Amino acid sequence: MALKIVKGSIDRMFDKNLQDLVRGIRNHKEDEAKYISTCIDEIKQELKQDNIAVKSNAVCKLTYLQMLGYDVSWAAFNIVEVMSSSKFTYKRIGYLAASQCFHESTDVIMLTTNQIRKDLSSPNQYDTGVALTGLSCFVTPDLARDLANDIMTLMSHTKPYIRKKAVLIMYKVFLKYPESLRPAFPRMKEKLEDPDPGVQSAAVNVICELARRNPKNYLSLAPLFFKLMTSSTNNWVLIKIIKLFGALTPLEPRLGKKLIEPLTNLIHSRILLCLSSVAVLISLSSGMPNHSASIQGLCIVPRPLSVLSLFIVKYLGLLAMSKILKTHPKSVQSHKDLILQCLDDKDESIRLRALDLLYGMVSKKNLMEIVKKLMLHVDKAEGTTYRDELLTKIIDICSQSNYQYITNFEWYISILVELTRLEGTRHGHLIASQMLDVAIRVKAIRAFAVAQMATLLDNAHLLTGNTQHNGICEVLYAAAWICGEFSEHLEDPMATLEAMLRPKVATLPGHIQAVYVQNAAKLFSTVLRGQEGAPADSKVAQETSQLLIDRLPVFVQSANLEVQERASCILQLVKYIQKLQQKDVEVAEEVTALFAGELNPVAPKAQKKVPVPEGLDLDAWINEPPSGSESEDEGRKTKTKGKAVFAKEESRHTKPRYTEVDEKELAKRREVRKAEQANNPFYIKASPSSQKVYQEAVGVEHIPVVQIDLSVPLKVPGMPMSDQYVKQEEERREKNKADRKKKDKKKRREKGRQRRGDSGPESEEDITPAHMVDIVTEEMPENALPSDDDDKDPNDPHKVCDIQGNLHDGSQVVVSVIFENKCDSFIKSMEFNVMDSLNSKLQRPEGAGPHDSLTVPFQLPPGISNEARFIFSMQSIVMPQKLKGTLTFIVKVSWSCSPQRWLITTMCHLASTRRGRTKVGKMNLESGHVLLIWTRKSKRLRWYYRWREEREIQRWKYPWRI
Amino acid sequence: MIKAILIFNNHGKPRLSKFYEHYNEDTEQQIIRETFHLVSKRDENVCNFLEGGMLIGGSENRLIYRHYATLYFVFCVDSSESELGILDLIQVFVETLDKCFENVCELDLIFHVDKVHNILAEMVMGGMVLETNMNEIIIQVDAQNKMEKSETFIFQSPRQDR
Repeated sequence: MALKIVKGSIDRMFDKNLQDLVRGIRNHKEDEAKYISTCIDEIKQELKQDNIAVKSNAVCKLTYLQMLGYDVSWAAFNIVEVMSSSKFTYKRIGYLAASQCFHESTDVIMLTTNQIRKDLSSPNQYDTGVALTGLSCFVTPDLARDLANDIMTLMSHTKPYIRKKAVLIMYKVFLKYPESLRPAFPRMKEKLEDPDPGVQSAAVNVICELARRNPKNYLSLAPLFFKLMTSSTNNWVLIKIIKLFGALTPLEPRLGKKLIEPLTNLIHSRILLCLSSVAVLISLSSGMPNHSASIQGLCIVPRPLSVLSLFIVKYLGLLAMSKILKTHPKSVQSHKDLILQCLDDKDESIRLRALDLLYGMVSKKNLMEIVKKLMLHVDKAEGTTYRDELLTKIIDICSQSNYQYITNFEWYISILVELTRLEGTRHGHLIASQMLDVAIRVKAIRAFAVAQMATLLDNAHLLTGNTQHNGICEVLYAAAWICGEFSEHLEDPMATLEAMLRPKVATLPGHIQAVYVQNAAKLFSTVLRGQEGAPADSKVAQETSQLLIDRLPVFVQSANLEVQERASCILQLVKYIQKLQQKDVEVAEEVTALFAGELNPVAPKAQKKVPVPEGLDLDAWINEPPSGSESEDEGRKTKTKGKAVFAKEESRHTKPRYTEVDEKELAKRREVRKAEQANNPFYIKASPSSQKVYQEAVGVEHIPVVQIDLSVPLKVPGMPMSDQYVKQEEERREKNKADRKKKDKKKRREKGRQRRGDSGPESEEDITPAHMVDIVTEEMPENALPSDDDDKDPNDPHKVCDIQGNLHDGSQVVVSVIFENKCDSFIKSMEFNVMDSLNSKLQRPEGAGPHDSLTVPFQLPPGISNEARFIFSMQSIVMPQKLKGTLTFIVKVSWSCSPQRWLITTMCHLASTRRGRTKVGKMNLESGHVLLIWTRKSKRLRWYYRWREEREIQRWKYPWRI
Repeated sequence: MIKAILIFNNHGKPRLSKFYEHYNEDTEQQIIRETFHLVSKRDENVCNFLEGGMLIGGSENRLIYRHYATLYFVFCVDSSESELGILDLIQVFVETLDKCFENVCELDLIFHVDKVHNILAEMVMGGMVLETNMNEIIIQVDAQNKMEKSETFIFQSPRQDR
């Protein structure tokens, strides 16, 4: 033994420690990678030894290598070993390594739960401290759920050092496990008044983070914060509180009045706080009639402060202004010159901020002036990033709110054309889409636009330059299209046609060439029409055809399929036309007919608004799904169904047949289907209004089967009533706008044309222009459809941190679980257990321990289903909870006599997981046969439960899926 | 919330990286490179705030940095943090390092990155600011170092060694 120890110590003497490793890396500058790989080999050897000191040394080195970008996740288990050392030195190394490289999908994390719990309750405050620090970096939903109670206890630890860490980490726990928020909140509130300033500041920090997401829930804390603000001397806390008030005041205007005085005091006494306070002050005053405070605040912003350097203040001043801008655009506009000056600043951050501000400052009056200034900057700017930023800003500024501020579109087109002279910009497509948009939507400008575009096309060689990857050549796409589509406005279509068919065009990107070819054909038709009027010119017309026949073959040989196809098609057409021309047949009419009709802009959301024709039930099955393939998750049926159905070959054929079916037959089929669905316990109706009574199993009729209500709206976009209303509103608004415009542009208005056609069917979202100069509206009101909510990120972890709703204690939820045996084997000895969460507990018979499972009082022969009920006591009902449950059972299978134990979790992404007897391991596929059956079956299991509280019965709409 | 804390030298060599959101190692290196690229090309006398940076940037996040001799200290924060507050925090961090290492220089950070991590852990925890009072931080760091020393002493007597 002694020998071994001595040997171990000697070995250790030769081990490299972190310093040696760093030194070694520095000495091997040329072959660093090679050196490190030998080091990693050594580390692997060290990790194999029993000596914990050697191991921790190795882990320490790995932490360093991780920083250099080496993946060390293979050592995760060794890190856990070092974490569980009893010595603080090693523990700290272990936790540090864990905090650097563990994350949610690290599987060894689940082994750490007990170790962390032990450390949290360690008598040594620093053990607890490192555990908390480490945990804050790698907390997972599982850890959060399991440790929430322990951490809550630590919040009232005797040592302030632990208290403040525990308070801070609670925020992370809330994020991962939102259910903990409600029970922990009262204690968190207490900590706001903790005697220790560190704990206080931690609590303020946590509540500010929470309140940033849901300010309204924290309004009740305002008086407490007010007290803190006037008493605290800690700058950090003050800043946080001021930020919090910034979020609260819009909700409670009365708060603003109260805050003005202490805030102005703060501004005068503390420089650090000055700027954040100003921003809040301004937002406060928004609700008040006199703007004295805001004006006062603005005076402070540009004032150079002696302590801080000017540029910091400048930046923050601009930042504050952008906040002010939202509420008080006027007061910022008076500082226009100052902001334009900032554009000359050498600091890019400041310039970008100033640009942001300009966006909100423009008006009809000053738009041209501002853009002129910006154009100057575009010419001067060095560095493509900033120039690109300028370019996008110019376009943003001009196009904002549907070109609201543009009074002269000719000016805008010329700005766009000027912008094309920028070299090496990435935003060619942006300019192009603006050109297209303006040319299509503003009828009066078309002649001018076409003329400009023709010049552009003529000078195309200037744009394309030498590089093909030059983004600006996108502009030619727009130019070619505009010239082709509105060719009647061209002065000299022949010249443009010639310009479009130059051989150099073949070097452009494929999609642009395709547009060129197509629009050359349009131009050709215009040329023909122009020339055939005078018979003497028939020769010229033939020359035009000849020109196309000569030039098009270049495109026919193009590598791009689109170009090739269009070119060869048009080439043949022209050849045919030429033949006719030679026979002196007039072809112009026919050729023009090829491109007749006007293209109107369609709003991006127009498609969604098309009403569903009567009698068409989008939810109906076109083919009943085969009964065996119901493994599809029914909860998401409405969402995925469309895809699934149309992916099938056969359904495509049945679709037209379906439309031929008469109404009666349709109704009959629907009845049949409904009946079938009603009898199918696993089918959950998609229509939100009706409820089905579960009818099949004896004795369970009274269980209301509630339809699934996922947080994501599942409604198929149709035309609900509110939509009509929204439509009316939109029409009204548009009319108003039109009226206003009439006043503005009286001279340009053409009499008798101002009456708009009724916008009848939704598909005609495009509005026929009523005025000579009218911006064809394609906007649609926000929130017209529930599907608009898609913008919100449903995965936002903060959304769930909402503590609203009220609940009396001791409430119970009865969960009825229907077990159905779909496999061919006999299932018996089922035991059911759900781990307690913070606010829901499975009620167990008296005398049973908190982790004992409940026996399911029946056995299941193949194909039989039965219902068991479990009672949960709940403390909160504000959100759906995911409970982790286990169901163990024995399957009698012929090839296996040993009982199988299964674990089913409610985690939605896991269908089922198998847990071995002792240790959590990877899924064991040895018994994949049973697993498969179970997987299929588990998806078919549904949990319904309802919520009873005294007399009133509320229904919960959340299905618990096993 | 603080999203990441990076320290690198004038040549972009990382001296400390602490990410409070998980990225894989390659992305982390990319972020460091990108941040270095953004920060290093800025003049000395311009403001200490930067927006952008494709990876860790996002519209909400900002880079707040300070340049000391050969080292850049960069904090990436979201909109809930005050710019000046973070600048102040960087100052506190550097002063604490100075006290703990006695005249800190780049070499200290190179060879004792673990210690720097330990000091940082007393200031920022999981992306939230834990303590801004330098004296308090130093007291805790010293107490832990003392504990470590006493353990090493025990550890050197062979009986305690396993």
